[in-house]
Amino acid sequence: MEHAMEQVLQQFRDRIALASAGNMALRIQGGGTKDWYGQEPQGDLIDTRPYAGIIAYEPTELVITARCGTPLVEIEAALNEKNQMLAFEPPYFGPQSTIGGVVASGLSGPRRQAVGAVRDFVLGVTLMDGKSDVLKFGGQVMKNVAGYDVSRMLAGSLGTLGLILDVSLKVLPKPFHETTLRFEMEQKEAIEKLNQWGGLPLPISASAWHGGVLIVRLSGAQAAVNAAVQKLGGEQETQAEIFWNELRNHGNEFFAAADGPMALWRLSVPSVTAPLALEGEQLIEWGGAQRWLRTSADAATIRSLVQQAGGHATLFRGGDRRNGVFQPLAPAVAAIHRNLKNAFDPSGIFNPGRMYKDF
Amino acid sequence: MNAPSKAQFTIERQREVVAALRKLLPEGCVLFNEEDTRPYECDGLAAYRQLPMVVVLPQTEAQVVDILKTCRDLKVPIVPRGAGTGLSGGAMPIADGVVLSTARFNRILKMDPYSRTAVVQPGVRNQSISDAAAPHALYYAPDPSSQIACTIGGNVAENSGGVHCLKYGLTVHNVLRVRMVTIDGDIVELGSEALDAPGLDLLAVFIGSEGMLGVVTEVTVKLVPKPQLARVIMASFNDVVKGGDAVADVIAAGIIPAGLEMMDKTSSRMVEPFVKAGYDIDAEAILLCESDGMPEEVEEEIARMSEVLKSSGATAIAVSQNEAERLKFWSGRKNAFPAAGRISPDYYCMDGTIPRKHLALVLTSITEMEQKHGLRCANVFHAGDGNLHPLILFDANKEGEFERAEAFGADILELCVQVGGTITGEHGVGIEKINSMCVQFSAKEIEAFIAVKRAFDTAFLLNPDKAIPTLNRCAENGKMRVTGGQMKFAHLPRF
Repeated sequence: MEHAMEQVLQQFRDRIALASAGNMALRIQGGGTKDWYGQEPQGDLIDTRPYAGIIAYEPTELVITARCGTPLVEIEAALNEKNQMLAFEPPYFGPQSTIGGVVASGLSGPRRQAVGAVRDFVLGVTLMDGKSDVLKFGGQVMKNVAGYDVSRMLAGSLGTLGLILDVSLKVLPKPFHETTLRFEMEQKEAIEKLNQWGGLPLPISASAWHGGVLIVRLSGAQAAVNAAVQKLGGEQETQAEIFWNELRNHGNEFFAAADGPMALWRLSVPSVTAPLALEGEQLIEWGGAQRWLRTSADAATIRSLVQQAGGHATLFRGGDRRNGVFQPLAPAVAAIHRNLKNAFDPSGIFNPGRMYKDF
Repeated sequence: MNAPSKAQFTIERQREVVAALRKLLPEGCVLFNEEDTRPYECDGLAAYRQLPMVVVLPQTEAQVVDILKTCRDLKVPIVPRGAGTGLSGGAMPIADGVVLSTARFNRILKMDPYSRTAVVQPGVRNQSISDAAAPHALYYAPDPSSQIACTIGGNVAENSGGVHCLKYGLTVHNVLRVRMVTIDGDIVELGSEALDAPGLDLLAVFIGSEGMLGVVTEVTVKLVPKPQLARVIMASFNDVVKGGDAVADVIAAGIIPAGLEMMDKTSSRMVEPFVKAGYDIDAEAILLCESDGMPEEVEEEIARMSEVLKSSGATAIAVSQNEAERLKFWSGRKNAFPAAGRISPDYYCMDGTIPRKHLALVLTSITEMEQKHGLRCANVFHAGDGNLHPLILFDANKEGEFERAEAFGADILELCVQVGGTITGEHGVGIEKINSMCVQFSAKEIEAFIAVKRAFDTAFLLNPDKAIPTLNRCAENGKMRVTGGQMKFAHLPRF
């Protein structure tokens, strides 16, 4: 096993050295379930899946370390056996999803509002940079302030800084108990309620509003969940597990319709932002902070309204992707991005243009 | 000593820099007479001192922009400074440099209970954010032990933790947005008041960067609901290994306690006469295990944790019956550092983090090191997250003791790295642990850190000589990381 993995590493090294010498782009890919995310991938495929396997899993240390090509299903199965979880609930856009892709895409699911995003759980990353050097950042421990925290920055970097070889993630025990409540409520009231509840010591772990219905999940000790049910009222949702799974994996009707002619946007805004007057249909998550919009409205209108609200908009699926899917960066921030890119990938071979055109 | 280059300034240079800075700042905001600059010569790591050439106390962001541009043009290094409570010398001045104090950036700009956020200036004290949020039943979660004095700007620089970070996270988990000025005078916003921002997560790399990437002018922090109730269990163990195993058992039972701390016998005997917390001074280890939340939840969790601790071999268990008793149980742990100062003329606090499963080995090795270096060591341990604070007791007035304490500390840190841990969990590298960085990181990794610094600080003037060593420095100290079979403790599994 070790020998086989060494060979894969050597192949990665050779591919990167070759690409770097010829200034040829490399498209880093795991299961390929998120190829549609970001700008269109370019370059020769470098498949991470041969570099796979859980390296270490210490349930009592709350840490798992796995190679980039390890399937997410394999990791979740191992955690499940010990009644633990990846608390940020990364979405599956297909069963082949790998942990490298989970970290590189930086996408988190419904529980993010309560526990944090991928980046909050990254403890360490081993990276192969544009010079084929293997660099270790962070580690396997919860608290670590030695050196800059490069590993968290790699979450959501879309493979633009290098090839993530392995990653150590903090894991959490599964909650002892969960209950899901359902409320009939208009958007404005739902946003207000979610923010009011957010200021109270309630064990809310996820929320979703769509089409006049607010669904809220409570997680924790049985007594805490029961007390919160008493306090909040509402009706018990019976199909809770299916509901949250479909939401996490974008498998419900709202997202299924996103394959149609309309674009799907992800609007990341301060949770208290009042309903955004944009044409189309919205689904609101994360206590009001993540708003999905299915629309044919033009990008400029969406971006400017969201920016005014203090947020940013991503053209998630479909739509006209020629003008960039991510919100443009302020010039000084873009300059730092370019400097970092030059530091880790001086030949510009890794996923060029996947995040921004000149990056 | 690890002191950086001591290039002294000339009077002409000082005059030049002071004259340039005085044009930018009002009367009294540029200090250069020795009696005025003396208070800035060190931070919480008082063994390392350096008088700065100039100290500036800007009041506005525009002044910070001007100061940075001027310093860049004059090629003057800048050391940002909050309250100066840091324990690793991160705010120690540079002899021919400027100290930029955030003391006058001390206003809470916005306290918004509805969005559960506060916008504060970097010189605001950690505790005063929670105080201002208290009427809304909210608070700022990270609680480093210096929280009554330390500033949020310093917390951002160090990615500070505290005794509750296993459950509530570090600074990086509780800050939404940082507004900062680069050495080029650009105002940059990292993160946002939404939960994320476009592009690379620069906020994550900025937090914990020890003032080396930019000067913070504004911070948006998350506030969380104050738990209605907190109770703490105090459990005694007749063996430190059993205590460590009990911590693992609590976590294996699916519980994330709000606080999970361990003290060895030396520590409890050190604090008990001082604070009278009611510690069992015959126990080899004491665990403090806290639950917080809704009353119903706390009751359930305390019962569950008590069960686990008993079956893990606790020889005695006490549960706090009221808030006064809870604070009393904690007072011993929270006063461990002052207590060390009471029984010893000096102490040196280390900050390594280890995978908890190696606790027994590390504590046994520390006992052996006590013999080797001829100094005593008390151990307090953020057991939940593996962050160990050995307190090395010494007397700086005795010939060679400080050097022995330093060598003892470096040995501990090297051991932490060897077992798969890190040289600093929460205090930062600063100037203190800069040589130990060469033990933890390879030359290529250190080069990458330097490149990250250059990506933000193009002129390499912000707090240089801290946190990231030059490769020359590593080579000179003979500390360059070795590989494979040459390692100490080569029999240990690591990944």
